[in-house]
Amino acid sequence: MSSRIAQGGAINRQQVCRFTFDGAGYSGYAGDSLASALLANDIRLVGRSFKYHRPRGILSAGSEEPNALVELRSGARREPNTRATDIELYDGLEATSQNRWPSLKFDVQAINGLFSPLFVAGFYYKTFMWPASFWEKVYEPLIRRAAGLGRAALEADPDHYEKSWAHCDVLVIGAGPAGLAAALTAARTGARVILADENFVLGGRCLAERRTIDGQPAADWAAQAIAELRSMPDVRLFPRTTVFGVFDDGVYGAVERVNDHLPVPPEFQPRQRVWRFIAKQAVLASGAIERPLVFGNNDLPGVMLAGAVRTYLNRYAVLPGRRAVVFTDNDDGWTTAADLVAAGGQVAAIVDSREPVIVSELARRFPDIQAIAGEVNGARGGRHVESVEVTSRTGTSHRIDCNLVAMSGGWSPTLHLTSHKGNRPRWDEERSIFVPDMLPTGMRVAGAANGDMTLGEALVTGFRQGLTAAASCGFSGSMPALPRVTEESARRVPLWRVRQALGKCFVDFQNDVTTDDVELAEHEGYRSIEHLKRYTTLGMATDQGKTSGVTGIALLAQRRSIPVAATGTTTFRPPYTPVAMGALAGHHRGMDFRPTRYAPSHRWASELGASFTESGPWLRAQWFPRAGETDWFEPTCREVKAVRSTVGLCDVSTLGKIDVQGPDALKFIERLYANNFATLAVGRTRYGIMLREDGFMFDDGTAARLAENRYLITTTTAHAVQVYQHMHLCHQTLWPELDVQFVSVTDQWAQFAVAGPRSRALLQRVLDPRCDLSNEAFPFMACGEVALRNGEPARLFRISFSGELAYEIAVPGHRGDALIRTLHDAGQDLGVVPYGLEALNVLRVEKGHVVGSELNGQTTAHDLGFGRMLSTQKDFIGSVLGRRANLIDPARPRLVGIKTVDRNAKLAGGMHFIPQHAQRSIEHDQGHVTSVCYSPILEQWIGLGLLTNGPDRHGEKVMVVDPLRGAETLVEICSPVFIDPEGARLRG
Amino acid sequence: MRIPCPHCGPRTHEEFTYYGDATVRRPSATGPDAEAAFYDYVYTRDNPCGLHRELWFHQGGCHEWLVVERDTRNHDIKGAVPARSVFSADDAT
Repeated sequence: MSSRIAQGGAINRQQVCRFTFDGAGYSGYAGDSLASALLANDIRLVGRSFKYHRPRGILSAGSEEPNALVELRSGARREPNTRATDIELYDGLEATSQNRWPSLKFDVQAINGLFSPLFVAGFYYKTFMWPASFWEKVYEPLIRRAAGLGRAALEADPDHYEKSWAHCDVLVIGAGPAGLAAALTAARTGARVILADENFVLGGRCLAERRTIDGQPAADWAAQAIAELRSMPDVRLFPRTTVFGVFDDGVYGAVERVNDHLPVPPEFQPRQRVWRFIAKQAVLASGAIERPLVFGNNDLPGVMLAGAVRTYLNRYAVLPGRRAVVFTDNDDGWTTAADLVAAGGQVAAIVDSREPVIVSELARRFPDIQAIAGEVNGARGGRHVESVEVTSRTGTSHRIDCNLVAMSGGWSPTLHLTSHKGNRPRWDEERSIFVPDMLPTGMRVAGAANGDMTLGEALVTGFRQGLTAAASCGFSGSMPALPRVTEESARRVPLWRVRQALGKCFVDFQNDVTTDDVELAEHEGYRSIEHLKRYTTLGMATDQGKTSGVTGIALLAQRRSIPVAATGTTTFRPPYTPVAMGALAGHHRGMDFRPTRYAPSHRWASELGASFTESGPWLRAQWFPRAGETDWFEPTCREVKAVRSTVGLCDVSTLGKIDVQGPDALKFIERLYANNFATLAVGRTRYGIMLREDGFMFDDGTAARLAENRYLITTTTAHAVQVYQHMHLCHQTLWPELDVQFVSVTDQWAQFAVAGPRSRALLQRVLDPRCDLSNEAFPFMACGEVALRNGEPARLFRISFSGELAYEIAVPGHRGDALIRTLHDAGQDLGVVPYGLEALNVLRVEKGHVVGSELNGQTTAHDLGFGRMLSTQKDFIGSVLGRRANLIDPARPRLVGIKTVDRNAKLAGGMHFIPQHAQRSIEHDQGHVTSVCYSPILEQWIGLGLLTNGPDRHGEKVMVVDPLRGAETLVEICSPVFIDPEGARLRG
Repeated sequence: MRIPCPHCGPRTHEEFTYYGDATVRRPSATGPDAEAAFYDYVYTRDNPCGLHRELWFHQGGCHEWLVVERDTRNHDIKGAVPARSVFSADDAT
């Protein structure tokens, strides 16, 4: 560890962490970042740049890092484009450099640099235009290979991610001096405080600077503040937590890297957790990001932000270079020179671009350092900086040997979160920075994020904003005594670019955007900052221009000779730093994407080996294969035949069930349904249709009148939620005067269809013998309360979806499993057969019942043959618009049955009706086939469809065509009711 | 976005289902221009820039329909009241 300083730093020298970079083994200490550990091991070259594959090192010490991106971990846990400066070192860490081939030190595509004219602004648009056929085959693969970042893992992520909520009075974002101060004053009032910081150690620049607060080191002050906060019960501290977005009504999105600092998360723990912090007030104390200076080869490894150099020196006890040149346009750069000397480094020169009078005044404090009023024209070196070319204001040039360039272009407030809701920052001409202007409701800004750059200002504004935030929540407290702090100066004269540059001058390091690109874009007319951004890609990389944005804006303004204020900024949007999709998804993956609802008979059906399918949110049995049956076709046909000849059992609990009660229950139902219910007697059930207010079909189902003022209505499985919601809308907004109450009881009742000629015989075995099921006592469409043999209550409905003699029996949900087993056992000698959704579908097509394919939101009651059901005696939802001439036009596609003329031909849903001898074209389209099945009773394919003038065309032969798959066949149009059109069976 | 449900307190918008304009009123089905009036009621909507009174259903909560006043420019929510109170008041006037 040759660059490690012997003493100091917030690292634990007792705890060694071994890690690998590009396969080679190194070690660092607990408390290191990957970047500091690499620097301690004298690794300066860590990546290759996006377009030119130029060697790149470590620029910063935080989340703004554009260069030092690595792939972290391996295999299924490989994570691309992570910032070495952000990654907490742990024992066993594996990191790999990106975007280089065959190796980091020798990258063949570095030759791209020689062809750099090809890669200038807008190169995507210019270079790869012609010939068009080259796009997919040549250019795109070429670009993707050359201009890549890291590689995502190819396997499924084995780790868990969580989503969670937390509420507080005051959220403090950032735990540097301003954030700690704000959290302290807010928490001391008794307010509930959340303090979040993206770093793995709280303290911010208190850890990175050699400054004092009331005579003690700032890091000690921070440690005391954190200890005090930790001792308070209503304060929650969130290190490793990035607040990435500001949303409406005080909702803040944050991602907590719970276990990213371990090779594998402990069992039952998530890797990351996405938080939504609900805060009445927020104090943004996100600090500031230093700007690079723009000179030749300013991207060479060894050229580093001056503030970052101090972080490495003071926090990590690493000397990033033995012989440094400091290049600055402000006073803060001089602090770096001082810290370098204090840490035992050598400062070859400090180059300050400002007036000589300022420089000589500062130089008096550093008698041992050569101070030059001038500028660095360029850095020289192969894979690392070896020297710089400097021109002084007097015109003399020097070459100064060095292996570190600490540059400072001043600090930009990290104000991203202030503009997530659309507010734009304001340009402060005097300080040459953007500062927050209009703020999201409930947000205040403290410290450097607000442009208050010195430690003293950070503490004062932090204390004050924490107190006012708490006061806004109704808590009161007082300002603490202001501490004495080290004096500092943020004085600056901006140098947006050097006057004479040697080599490429990078503005956006990650996307390889240079000053030439900015000039070219402007020259070609891309003069709006938004256009400049898109044409040059400045600020569009994974770092979103954190170190480059302001410089880009200023260079454009300079080029156009307009004030920066007139240029404006691009828009800041969440997330502040990249958030893994897996973290945003949380547990909602695969089958956990949404809850699975199981029907009451699920366990029984599984034991019988049923095949299941998703039906909306439900998992329903499709068919029940017997030994020897290997596909869906055989069991389905067998189940259909059983229902038509003996008896079948089917779980129909998924239908929506709504219990409607009250003196006005009938009035309510009359207004909801299009058909008449006034004549429905107690103990009887009626089929009903609901329309939407626009006159189209909404849903169908049954309403059973259980008592004078009590109805149980059913909905389709698909529309259960919408119908329930619709009923509430109607009751609460249209007819609030109706005295009616209703509640969904879908989950409270298990309901089974018992269908087939022997259904009565089966039920008699299961029900209390006193229960009379004769046609006289319990006719078709009867309903009522019954008792099982063991005395348990049940409801019985004589309704039929299959067209056979059939019942539906309902018991409380938890008794469903027992009842289906009882029914199944009791009917063995009757030939009872469980049937699934496929058989259910065949049975209903044979009987001409409509389902979702026909109730598709575009059909009317008239279309489906329900025209005569529409009441003319009452107002109901859809009554007026349902009468519109166009909706009752007989020429609309209307419901018909179809059977193939060739008995061996097959049908497919979605086929279109075309007159027999017409061209197969859209002009001759006469509707489409909605449902098809093989009918084991008719022994051929049949279907339902919507055909122009359909009901008037029974007996006609029409082609059905499927141009997509090239299939067509001739069908005969017929009644949609294929089985028992008189209804003798269901009344039997 | 959070909606201040009068029964459940401020809750996240995922618990609610949006419906639309709360200022339209179902016309009489028997009036002479019933079809035109219903056409207007069902299809014609203003698209205001600014405050909008709209219906939301607290599906994941109390099952109350609410009239929510929301600023369409920035999602600021001024308040929410039970729809039945608004619509009953209509009937009374």
